Amino acid sequence: MFGIDDWFRRLYDTSGINFTYLYDAYDRGRFLAGIVLTLELAAICIIASIVIGVVGAALHGSRFRVTNALVRGYVALFRNTPPLVQLFFFFFVLGGLLTFKTPYGTFQLSNFTWAAISLSVYYGSFNIENFRAGIESVPRTMVQAAEALGYRKGQIYLYVILPLAFRFSLPALGNTLVSLVKATSLAYAIAVPEVLYVSSEIWSDQLNVPEMMVTIMVFYVTLVSIMVYAIHRFEKRLRIPGYSAGR
Amino acid sequence: MTDASTLPIVRIVDVHKSFGLVPVLQGVSLDIARGEVACIIGPSGSGKSTLLRCINALVPIDQGSILIENEEINTPSLDKLTLRRKVGMVFQQYNLFPHRTALQNVMMAPIHVLKQDKAAVETRARALLKKVRLEGKEDSFPGELSGGQQQRVAIARSLAMNPKVMLFDEVTAALDPETVKEVLVTIRELAEEGMTCVLVTHEMGFAREVGNHVYFTDKGKIVEHGPPAEFFANASHPRTREFLNQIL
Amino acid sequence: MTQHTVEHQHPLSARSSVPRGRLARTALTAGFVLSVIVVVTVPLYGAYAATGTSAGTLETLAKWAPLILLGFGLNLLMSFIAMGIGTVAGVGLGIAQVSQVSWVRRAAWAATEMFRNTPTLILLFMAMFLLPFELRFGDLVIALPPWLKAILGFSLSMMAYVSEIVRGGLQSIPTTQWEAAEALAFTRRDTLRLVIIPQCFKQMLPPWMNVYAIMIMSTPLASILGVHEGLTITRSAISAEGQPELLAPFYLFLLALFFVYSYPISLWTLRLERRYAIKH
Repeated sequence: MFGIDDWFRRLYDTSGINFTYLYDAYDRGRFLAGIVLTLELAAICIIASIVIGVVGAALHGSRFRVTNALVRGYVALFRNTPPLVQLFFFFFVLGGLLTFKTPYGTFQLSNFTWAAISLSVYYGSFNIENFRAGIESVPRTMVQAAEALGYRKGQIYLYVILPLAFRFSLPALGNTLVSLVKATSLAYAIAVPEVLYVSSEIWSDQLNVPEMMVTIMVFYVTLVSIMVYAIHRFEKRLRIPGYSAGR
Repeated sequence: MTDASTLPIVRIVDVHKSFGLVPVLQGVSLDIARGEVACIIGPSGSGKSTLLRCINALVPIDQGSILIENEEINTPSLDKLTLRRKVGMVFQQYNLFPHRTALQNVMMAPIHVLKQDKAAVETRARALLKKVRLEGKEDSFPGELSGGQQQRVAIARSLAMNPKVMLFDEVTAALDPETVKEVLVTIRELAEEGMTCVLVTHEMGFAREVGNHVYFTDKGKIVEHGPPAEFFANASHPRTREFLNQIL
Repeated sequence: MTQHTVEHQHPLSARSSVPRGRLARTALTAGFVLSVIVVVTVPLYGAYAATGTSAGTLETLAKWAPLILLGFGLNLLMSFIAMGIGTVAGVGLGIAQVSQVSWVRRAAWAATEMFRNTPTLILLFMAMFLLPFELRFGDLVIALPPWLKAILGFSLSMMAYVSEIVRGGLQSIPTTQWEAAEALAFTRRDTLRLVIIPQCFKQMLPPWMNVYAIMIMSTPLASILGVHEGLTITRSAISAEGQPELLAPFYLFLLALFFVYSYPISLWTLRLERRYAIKH
């Protein structure tokens, strides 16, 4: 540790290039906390948005016109309005409505919670579309073949449609999740101390804007690359030999 | 077999080519005389198509020499434009441009590459389509033509550049048996007009009838060659015989 | 040329005898009209519910609406200019990604990946803090107000997205087409211009429009940097009035503006996607 601290302190003294979080324990502490919070927010939103996607796609395919229409409306509304305005709406409007006094103190959801809800709901609408498109690209002949073999509807879903649909929707799902991870930076706007927010604190204290900019950029590019690699590996593991998807 | 007084139009000397670690051509040499119809036969993966692609520099060679009209093409200073004006190529999958009509496919290269006058090119293109018996199909898109028709458009497209040598890369391999004939007739007419043709083919009957010289390649080498009558009657190399027995 | 209509029907849903195309179009139109009604009435209801007497809130909203609309106009303007710059730069970068010169290819790939994987908000911060407030070329001074810097930040993001679309489009054309053009002695430029791009243009259109949708949806980010676009003005209006019950109707009004603009575009994109998806 001593070597790195010293080297970057000397770099600052000699060149003015100031990576404070590499030699200053306080800055390092808050920067690492920001990274952890970004990762937590991303993980929660990934899981929640996938759950919303699966449930939404299932409801979308249901026979009840009402649920079908509701899901369509949800997808249309959330995909066609800006995520930042949605976040403000959730945080300021719903957050305001959901604040009330209890005998034990004021009940209020945290900024982090609202960011997680808002991003999950927004990207959930994308995942509904991803899974729905995956289900639709399962060839009808496959379903007919299963019907001819005497499968029941539920079985056809479980054994034929879902395994194929999931594979078909993986590339689009991957893209959505990458966008989601990048969009966690929106939480900055409601003062969630994720990596961009802590970086802005550091650069206003230390006046090292370019250094911090480069740092966050490297952080996000690395994070996204790891994700893309992981998704690619996953796709490869699920690939069906001799069957090319979607064509 | 070449006439001593005329230089061969294509001279290939000891050509080597590998794709990565896989050797594809391992010392191929052959001469093709002006007006000759050379047929290259052999099992798949023996390097026939690669050899053809080397002749018009679609694939650069690692070692050896290829001379077209006595000009070396294995050199960094090669003018690919001049080379490809001299050497036309027709592909197994036709490779017509799907967004252009038959006539436009034929006209594109002379206009854009040779910068020739559009009206003159159109007259010539129509004549070429007529020559390959596609009169009336000028305004059809490739997707609306049969395989055999598309392949004849591809031949006309190549001829529009007025090449000295035509390369045919398994041009009938993707066709229905009925349409193979119409393409072969076109090539035979070209040969009769004196066009130098190099064909990679599986049509042994055609090679025997129209070819002047047959080359048998295997594992990146020319194993045996000769005039078709001789070649098909008394091929001596065991690998040639094995191949001919399988195919005939 | 025949048009393929893709059967985007749920595999298990009942088959209907009505022609799919017309049914889908009717459903989409109905859905749109319904959505507009919902989007317009919900803020009104919100206003009504919040105040008990809708008149007061509505009047306040009416007072501010022209200014918010003006701000929304800046959102549109930023999206147009950024999309223009991003498209031109992105097409160049995308073509560079399939260059035959390996260092050009690698540099273009690296630039694309870098800007594509960095959140737009961070690109905006970079444009804001790292660009000077004016550019000097001798006597020529070009001022760089925040909205112009924001446009440059957005453009970087768009450039990277467009670059990927172009690379994907160019590489989707079979290599045999490149080979055939090369055998006919086309130059690389002519091959792209006459053979490759005309073939992939159509299929690049829907993803390009999707990128535009992403673009318009990210313009409110400029608000964080103090650009006076729709969101900034909405927030100032709310705080100027100082009444918390205005929050819901004002935000819903802004959301409705974006929705009414964006929804028809996304329907159109979907139609183009379906039309081009199946063609080979």
